[in-house]
Order: sequence, then C-alpha cells, then structure tokens
Amino acid sequence: MATSLKIAIVGGGLAGLAAAMKIAEAGHEVDLISVVPVKRSHSVCAQGGINGAVNTKGEGDSPAKHLDDTVYGGDFLANQPPVKRMTDMAPEIIYLFDRMGVPFSRTKEGLMDFRRFGGTLHHRTAFAGASTGQQLLYALDEQVRRWEVEKKVTKYEGWEMLSLVMDDHQVCRGLIAMNLQTLELKSFAADAVIMATGGPGMVFGKSTNSQTCTGSAVAACYQQGARYANGEFIQVHPTSIPGEDKLRLMSESARGEGGRVWVPRDPQDARKPKDIPDGERWYFLEEKYPAYGNLVPRDIATREIFQVCLEGHGVGGENQVYLDLTHIPAETLTRKLGAILEIYEMFVGDDPRYVPMRIFPGVHYSMGGLWVDFEQRTNVPGLFAAGECDYSIHGANRLGANSLLSCVYGGFVAAPSAIEYAKNVERGSTETNGIYDAELKKQQALNDEIIGSEGGENQYKLHEEMGKVMTDNVTVVRYNDRLQATDDKLVELQDRFKKISINDSNLWATQAVPHARQLRNMLDLARVITLGALNRDESRGAHYKPDFPDRDDEKFMKTTVAEYSAEAPVLSYEAVDVSLVEPRKRDYSAKKKG
Amino acid sequence: MTTNAHIEKKRLDNPPATIKFKIQRREREGASAHWETFELQYRRNLNVISALMEIRKNPVTVDGKQTTPPVWDMSCLEQVCGICTMVIDGKVRQSCSALIDDLLLASNSDTVSLAPMSKFPNVRDLKVDRSKMFDHLKQVNAWIELDGSYDLGPGPHISNATAQERYDLSRCMTCGCCLEACPQYGDDNYIGPQAIAQARLFNMHPTGQNTKEERLNGLLGDDGIGNCGNAQNCIQVCPMSVPLTKAIYETNRDITVDALFGWLKK
Repeated sequence: MATSLKIAIVGGGLAGLAAAMKIAEAGHEVDLISVVPVKRSHSVCAQGGINGAVNTKGEGDSPAKHLDDTVYGGDFLANQPPVKRMTDMAPEIIYLFDRMGVPFSRTKEGLMDFRRFGGTLHHRTAFAGASTGQQLLYALDEQVRRWEVEKKVTKYEGWEMLSLVMDDHQVCRGLIAMNLQTLELKSFAADAVIMATGGPGMVFGKSTNSQTCTGSAVAACYQQGARYANGEFIQVHPTSIPGEDKLRLMSESARGEGGRVWVPRDPQDARKPKDIPDGERWYFLEEKYPAYGNLVPRDIATREIFQVCLEGHGVGGENQVYLDLTHIPAETLTRKLGAILEIYEMFVGDDPRYVPMRIFPGVHYSMGGLWVDFEQRTNVPGLFAAGECDYSIHGANRLGANSLLSCVYGGFVAAPSAIEYAKNVERGSTETNGIYDAELKKQQALNDEIIGSEGGENQYKLHEEMGKVMTDNVTVVRYNDRLQATDDKLVELQDRFKKISINDSNLWATQAVPHARQLRNMLDLARVITLGALNRDESRGAHYKPDFPDRDDEKFMKTTVAEYSAEAPVLSYEAVDVSLVEPRKRDYSAKKKG
Repeated sequence: MTTNAHIEKKRLDNPPATIKFKIQRREREGASAHWETFELQYRRNLNVISALMEIRKNPVTVDGKQTTPPVWDMSCLEQVCGICTMVIDGKVRQSCSALIDDLLLASNSDTVSLAPMSKFPNVRDLKVDRSKMFDHLKQVNAWIELDGSYDLGPGPHISNATAQERYDLSRCMTCGCCLEACPQYGDDNYIGPQAIAQARLFNMHPTGQNTKEERLNGLLGDDGIGNCGNAQNCIQVCPMSVPLTKAIYETNRDITVDALFGWLKK
C-alpha cells in the first residue's frame, strides 16, 4: 500500500475517535495515543445531548437558526463560517449516530426525540437518557474497534504525549509519548498529527472535568510554537455538585426538562424546601429573564447564581441554590434524567425526585484552545486540532449540547484535512536525520531532571495552590489587580516547580512523574488564561469584568492569540469573521428578534 | 406535585476522629503483595478517591514509616468511566462513588480496606490491566456494520421500549465488576457477562440483527456462553444495573433457536 498514510491522533474521546474512523475508512493508518483506554475518555461525562436542527417537532427549526443561536450565545466571538458548516452538518451527524445504534430516546412513532436546551427556544437536542456523551463515545469506540480489528487503527492506550517532533523547517513530523507503566519514551513518526485531547479543567484544581483533562499535551504544542487562542474564555457551568475531589456536573438537561432554580426569599428561612410555599421562593432566573427563564445561556445563569450567593441569598447562607425538579412526576424524571439523578443521589445522598438539589457553579469547559483555521489546521504545518482542545466554534460562551456536536464536527473536518495535507507534504529523510532521537533525548532529559530534583516542594500542593488561585480569580468575576496578582503567583509557582521532589521511589507505573510533567505544562496554560483575561478590558460571554461591564466590539471583537516565549505569553489580536450574522447585543430577557 | 414518601438515607451520626485505610501494595506485576495502613483525620464528604489523594500527597503509614504513594487509576469520578474500580471492604466497586461515611456505617468500624481486582493482572498497588475486556468485545463483533460513515439519512424506526432496553445494556462501562464477582471467570476460560450483554445490545438493533450470527458465533467457543454457571453474582455487583442475566438468558435462547431452526432460514 504505497498510498497509505500514517496519521497520529492524540486523544481518544469523541473528536479523536471521529477522526480515527474517518481516516481508517479512507484507507489510511492511524496511531491512536491516549492516556486512558479510549472508552474511558472524558466524553463519557457529557450528559444532556447533542444539538442538530432536524426539525422533527414542526417548530420551523433550521441550521440557520442553530447558527444564529450559537454565535449569539457565543457573544459574537466565533468566526462564523465554521459554525455554519457545523450547524449545517449537525443533522447528518446525528443521523449517523442513529445508524451506529446509539439508543437515542424515541417518540411514539419511533423517531428520535429532541429536548430543549439553554440558549434556544427550539427542541433541538437529541439525547440518550441523560448519558448522551457516554453513548456517543461508545458508538465511535465500537466503530474504531472494528477498524482496529482490520489493522487500520493501532491503539496506544496508557501512553501520554510529551512533545511534537519538529523538523528543521518547523514542520510537525510526529510526536514523543511516554508509556505510563514503564515510563519508556517512544517516538511516533507520522505524516500528520491531530490533537484531540480535550480541555484543561485540571488547571483549576477542581472542575467538572475528568482527572485526565490537564491540557498538558496541548501546552506542549504551545511551547513548541502552536498558537493558543481565546484562553481566557472558560465556561463555568451554573449547576455543579461541590465535592472534595471534584465538582460533579448536574446537566443542563435538568433545567431543559423543567427544573427551576430558586432560593428562599428570606435568606434566614431555615425550613425544609418543600415547606416553603411558592410565594416565599425567589425564582430569580424566571423573574429576570421571562422569555428564557431557567434556560438562559450558561454564562448568564452562572453569574446570576454567583451573585445571588455573594449577596447572601444562598441557601443556608452558603454558596448554594436550589435546583428543583420535585414538581415533575418521579416516573418522568427517572425516564428522562435517571442517570444524572443517580449521580446526585449517589454523591449527596438526597433523592432529587423528592428533595431539591443544592448546586453551585463549577469550571466546566474551555472555549479557548489551539488556534486552527477553518480546516482545523493549526499554524504548525502538519499539526491539526479538533474538539475542546481547539478554539474554533464556541466564541465567548458555549451553548449546552453543542460540545458533543463540535467534537464530532472537528474530527470529521480534521481527518480529511490531515489526509489532504499528508498526501501533498514533502517527505524529508526524516527517519535518518535524527530529529526523532534528538527529541527523545530532550524529553528523557526532562524526565531525568524531574526524577533527580530534590528541592522539597510537593507537586500536589503546588497543584492545589494553582487551582485555588485560578478558581478564586479567573472564573466568574474578574478584576485586573487580582488577575495581575494571579499571574505573579503563577510565576512564583513556576519557580517553585523547579524545586519539587517527587515522593515516589518506585518508578514503575508511578503517577508522580507524569503528574509533574502535566503540572509544569498546566502552569503555562494557566498564564495564558490569566493574561488573556487581564488584557481583555470588556465583558463578553463567560469573561466578565465589573470594571468593564459592557461588550466592546470595536476593541475586542477579536480573537486573543497567545504565542509562547520563555518569559510570558506574547498576546496579539485577530479580527473575527462575522460575515454571516451581524453582531447585535445579547439580551435574553425578551424573545430574540431577527 | 408528587408527594410520594421516600426513604431518607441513613447517615453516620458519630464519626470516629480518624479513619484507617488498609491498602494492599504491590511494587509491580509478579512481586509479592503486602498491606500498609494509613490514617486520616475524619472529614465529612470524603470518598475513597479523595482519601487516596490525601494519602498520595504525603505517604506516611500509621506507624510513621515514609513509603511510596499508592498507585490507582481514576478519571471521571462520576462513576461513568469505570477506570477506578477496586475491591473495597471486600466488595468490587468504583472508588469514586464509595463514600467513606457509608463504608463506615456498613462495616461499623473505623477502617476501610482497599485491594486491587483479583481477576486481572495487577500492574501496581490498586491498578490493574483490563485490556482483555476490550479483546472480548472484538470477539463478539460488538458494533453495527455500517456501509460507511457518509450521509445515508436516519437509522431505522425503533420503539421507545426497545431503545430503552438497549440503553440499559449500553450503559456498560467495561469496569469489570461482573468478571471479578463471577465464580466462572478466570484464566481465559470464559468470556463473561459483559461481552455477552454487548452482543445482545447489537443483536437487538434492527441493523445489528443482520449480522447476529457472527456475534453468536463468538460465544460458541470453549470460552463461550456455555460456561455461565448461573451464579447471578454479576447482576448483584453491576454498578450500572445492566440486565446481565437477562442478556445471557436471551442470548442463550437465540443460540438455541438458531441451532434448531437456523437451517430453515437458509
């Protein structure tokens, strides 16, 4: 097979598997590198559904409306052409998953059922119970397993990417990955590399993300010259369940199915929630946003909940509000939301069918990521990106159920784009000119340095400090003096990182060395996020500065682009393509015009 | 407004001042195992994962001995990825959803014991290698045969009842609890409940039915479905309540029907 190309994909979630399937189907070979068995990727955590304007409910929905909702919800920071391409492709993506056997919930006629989600007035979200991400991921996992049997896909599960292999012309020729059991480093030569590693939630210590969502591999690309865009746009999900080890997501589908957010009108009211009559409850979202009510976009719901608690209206004076489903019949709840209600019951102990849930916002999703063009190409030749790790679709705020869609879309575009590139790229004498060995040695030296370091700093404590300072200052509400102080703190942590001592003398399957490498990379991403926020003096989508409360299109309807330098990220700004939907002010208190 | 009464969860009213964690340690596959005990101050809302994270930060045993940090797998922490499965107080389950209060209530003690699953190669400490389970999915062709992933319109109409039944099977997260608990499973002699249930998942789909026999063939070998001893342990431990025994029963029935009447269809 002289024409068979080799493409390496990093990450086996929805985006990575979508790309792998397309590449294998086109007859080419894939090396699939993933820190966990791909079936355990973070996509399993997505609960609510996947958007696509199939318009089976006779509501007059259309991809054009989906486009409008998405760019409007994203506060006009997304380049619109790729969003249009995605919303146009959405119905066929959903149908494809239907053909793959995803057990989507059905109507009486046997068609796929659709539910409502935030930021739209249409029933546009296909769902499989309340574990849609799990079900979509499994469908792709199954298809890719079939290609594995056909020897088109080779999986390297339990391997973590450490760096790209670049040739003398700064073209990406493959990557270096580490076996997490043996710590062996291996070079993977490839005609193209697709990054599909998801988001960087662990930068914030606790988030709704999986423990694997460190952003470490993306940070490595950034350090080697890939641009990182809109890092400051971090979605804080309005409804999460605070926990010691993580913030567990309570899906937006809880509100999509009728869940109501409220607090007692009297903050001193200590009665059980069911004993508080309707008139003494403050349904603050419904009151302020009569058209969208509890289904305003996430950034708005998050700020409102945050503000209500800040002003002392939280339940029991604490940082929590009620998310109430108890007015809906228990049987309906079990059928439509069973999986997420079980999560709540499992971790909190109360049954949300009978007792209102207590929730609070939690870091959830990064709208920012690797800069890509409209064909998912990064600025590094040979390097592509798809899914949460690229910045391209969601602008300043992501709408619920658009993430699963954008992951699959990104994978489906990155795959042919990478194939096209790989077909035409000049193949240097890469194997012989030593670039792989050189990069291997460099990465081994980094490992040796970490293993040999004896300064006494504890890596897990450094991680906690980073998470705390980021969560306190770079999430819902942002002030410039605190952002500057945060960056100073991050620089201090980078300095202290040089003095860590790993506390594991047994290097077999150790988690200390991989974690140390992730931490080092996360600190770089944390600075990109923080400085991006510091330099954006406006409020837009998830980025909110009380000192600059308005959106400033003239100055900031621009993509933030960060490039690595040893001292600090170098920021520049790029115009946004708003050629399809004219920017207008976001206002969810009334029905949308236009 | 529903007013169904529901049972309030029993809570730990008199927690101990400290909790002990007895953890099985193994340096690497093939090395001998031993136990180490760690002690933490009691806090509300601890689960096994947050306790392990605390221990990992500064691994000193209850006897004051500096040791290596325990190694375990974790990812989603929402009991949906399956990776953090281990044997906790003798019962196989996910460590993320194992709440310390509940464990102490159930054991009426101040100690929690953690051991790796025993049916899989023990990589180190609490970490095991379950890649075999994914091989089992290959053996039963656990996928729908697509003509291609290009746009061919929607899939077949399916009743909500069938979709729901398939959803229940499709929630399997390949965690391995069923295999750990199954008295028949071990030494490659039996494919086990999870793969049989996944064969059933695809055999129930209108498109999947077209290739049903290939899936059933994967279950007819020496390690096949015939090894099920009907102990029904699998259904007891499945964290996702996958109807495993029903899937085994129905698949057995399919095989029998196929064997008896298969020639009629040809």
